[in-house]
Amino acid sequence: MGVIFFLIAFSLTVALIFLGAFFWAVKSGQFDDSYTPSVRVLFDNEISHKKNKPLTKKRDA
Amino acid sequence: MATQPVIEKTFCTHCGEQCDEEEILFDDKAFCCEGCKTVYQLLSEHDLCTYYALDDFPGKTISSTIERKRFDYLANPEIEHKLVDFFTENKASITFLIPSIHCTSCVWLLENLQSLDGGVNQSTVNFLKRKVTILFNPAKTSVRNIVELLTTIGYEPDLKLEHLGEKKTTKISRKLWLKLGVAGFSFGNIMLFSFPEYLNMSTSDSVDTFKILFGTLNITLALPVLLYSASDYLKSAWASVSQKGINLDVPISIGILALFGRSLYEILSGTGAGYFDSFTGFIFFLLIGKVVQKKTFDRLSFDRDYKSYLPISVMRITDGAEVSTPVTNLEIGDSILIRNQELIPVDSLLSSKEAYIDYSFITGEVEPVKVSKGEVVFAGGKVSGSNAEMIVTKNVEHSYLTQLWENEAFSSASEEKVVTNFADRISPIFTFTVITIAIISCIVWLNIDPTRAFTIFTAVLIVACPCALALSTPFTLGSAVNILSLNGLYSKSTQVVESLSKTDIIVFDKTGTITESSKSTLVFKGNKLSDDEKSFIKSACRVSLHPLSKKIATNYPNLSLVDIDDYYEITGKGIFATFNGDSLCVGSKTFLLEQCPNLVGNIESSEQELGSQVHIAIANQYKGYFEFKSEFRAGVDELLVRLKKHFQLFLLSGDNEKEGKELSSFFGGSENMSFNQTPQDKLDFIKALKDKNQSVTMIGDGLNDAGALMYSDFGVAISDDMSSFSPACDAIIEGNKLKEFDRLIDFSKTSIRIILASFGLSLVYNITGLAFAVTGNLSPLVAAILMPLSSISVMVFTTLATRIMAKKRGLKIWA
Repeated sequence: MGVIFFLIAFSLTVALIFLGAFFWAVKSGQFDDSYTPSVRVLFDNEISHKKNKPLTKKRDA
Repeated sequence: MATQPVIEKTFCTHCGEQCDEEEILFDDKAFCCEGCKTVYQLLSEHDLCTYYALDDFPGKTISSTIERKRFDYLANPEIEHKLVDFFTENKASITFLIPSIHCTSCVWLLENLQSLDGGVNQSTVNFLKRKVTILFNPAKTSVRNIVELLTTIGYEPDLKLEHLGEKKTTKISRKLWLKLGVAGFSFGNIMLFSFPEYLNMSTSDSVDTFKILFGTLNITLALPVLLYSASDYLKSAWASVSQKGINLDVPISIGILALFGRSLYEILSGTGAGYFDSFTGFIFFLLIGKVVQKKTFDRLSFDRDYKSYLPISVMRITDGAEVSTPVTNLEIGDSILIRNQELIPVDSLLSSKEAYIDYSFITGEVEPVKVSKGEVVFAGGKVSGSNAEMIVTKNVEHSYLTQLWENEAFSSASEEKVVTNFADRISPIFTFTVITIAIISCIVWLNIDPTRAFTIFTAVLIVACPCALALSTPFTLGSAVNILSLNGLYSKSTQVVESLSKTDIIVFDKTGTITESSKSTLVFKGNKLSDDEKSFIKSACRVSLHPLSKKIATNYPNLSLVDIDDYYEITGKGIFATFNGDSLCVGSKTFLLEQCPNLVGNIESSEQELGSQVHIAIANQYKGYFEFKSEFRAGVDELLVRLKKHFQLFLLSGDNEKEGKELSSFFGGSENMSFNQTPQDKLDFIKALKDKNQSVTMIGDGLNDAGALMYSDFGVAISDDMSSFSPACDAIIEGNKLKEFDRLIDFSKTSIRIILASFGLSLVYNITGLAFAVTGNLSPLVAAILMPLSSISVMVFTTLATRIMAKKRGLKIWA
């Protein structure tokens, strides 16, 4: 049965680590802007990467 | 007239505007103006053309920026230091509000600023707030350079006087998240440690050691929840009680303390396992409710004052040279130069010969006012037409515009406007009922079994804790605010939805609210004009700087221009032009009579002038006159008809009464309409209505409505461009959504009914719980099931009910 004390201590430590991670995330501002990162993730990192998409577009009149 | 060949329409690569006047070709791509081309050129030189690949036509047209603004004042270290977030020798950070951020490309380009300016280290965009934070090296670049770069690429930062004030922080919302995190963490762990208790596994001897262990752990975990997560409720309840009032936080705090105290007692005395799981779960759900309620519209600003309207700097003329000077540094007697379309920041005397000042934002009057040398011009007016020089007579704080905010009524209005919501109103009754039941059952049990009396007393307090009650308001109103925002009404907080639902009087402003400020139709009355005559008029009016001639010139976009032989203008009176031997007279009645003495035609018989008329005579032949009529917003006339069935309607206009006749049928006679109203008049009108205990909703758009919006129970500012200025208000409505305003009011009423229904639901839970409690059967297991169940079912019920009701009313419920 002694193992249960160890397990409880272990599970609490793990949970505390996660709580700490959450605190860090909030304090570093990750909860301040929940929209822009969803846009940013779609960008290519390389700026010089040119797309072959035609640039002159005709709009439907 | 030659018919124009049908050509394929081309659109500017940068902004997507149709290239109608001239088409500039560069790099095989078409541009509508030099400005757009320059941006493209700059971006292509730096390999930033991905900008054009991410979105179609991502830019905003550059051609509308008439004059390149000067940012000399940003070199002033005083201003620079007030604008930056922090500043050291080689590291600085600055945050700009950029209203033109609108698409993915914007984010991409603004986050790649370092390719355009080597001094920029990093830039981060917050899309919803339309803000960009730039980290830069002050040794390599300057605030001025960055602002100029942003302006060049079409992202001019919004630099207004208010930004020089103190900076707001986002600390509050972060704290709420942290509190929620702590509560959730403790809730989960305590649930785990309470499992043995739920399953009734207390038979063997070793269990006692576990009981002590779990008990201690639970207390340790619950303490931070009580002291940190629940602190706001306890503080608010204490504040309310010490002011001899009872808000909803009082019964909540009683419940919190009873739960915690009872559990602590049970564990320490070894009589039970306590209710710490219910306690932490309760706080956890309450905080979720708070998060839902805190959802705000970050990109909108509801508490703006004049400072967000005035520019930071102005051109001051010192010894014949123009120097850009901060507005706050202006002194009485200074000479300033205001260009076309710029704002006058302070009350001044005009020193130019004459100028046209557009006061539409202050008074609601559409037509620009003519001011002559030596006359007073007021802060907040916009110079339209030629540049104007003026001499400062008052400093910023004492100008006409700013004084409205110093009005006593204005400052008291903000204090008075504390919304007492339904939940708060029933709290005293609720609290007293609960305490009475607790005391009665305690007395009854003292007679039956005195040992259990205390247990029963606390059990009643615990189970009657208005958790579900406290959740129904934030959840219903939270989702109501969401739905309203999807339908174009952005409210400042959830509480104001309740104010909207109580409306019995709706007061409208005219210019910009019922009518569209930018659009006015030109009606020509008189003999029909031929196309040749029209193009003659267009060509002549095009040259003039007078705002009315400009409107006439743009009235015939499809006609070609002619080369006028002779032209002269008497500023403010009229134009005289000749072409192919024919003469043209455009102007006021007196001007025509002076210029063309032998005029043929019935000029005298035209109607009396109210508002503006421009008379036309061609070849000494009187043709008729142009009249300017402001246009109704689409659908507003029908809205007024629908609203009139349920509400009393009033009209308050700063404009003259020329449109009174047309509007009187909508407002039920002229006694419900007031014209030539000053901002103070409007405020007093609302005050008078409120003194009669009426609930007033005011809809307006300009600074002239600011006082009235502030004072009314529900002030709605109407805005065609969400990023543009709107005065302080409770909610902002999109201009094209005003026509659905009646449905929105209707929906707000439904939301209040949903809250009542969910109160009913939570009462059922409370009564069930009470039945367990008074009979002495409230085991931790029952509490652990009942409390989350009631909370979750209230959340689900309110969220679903508001959406179903919104859908029934034809409102949008998904983005």
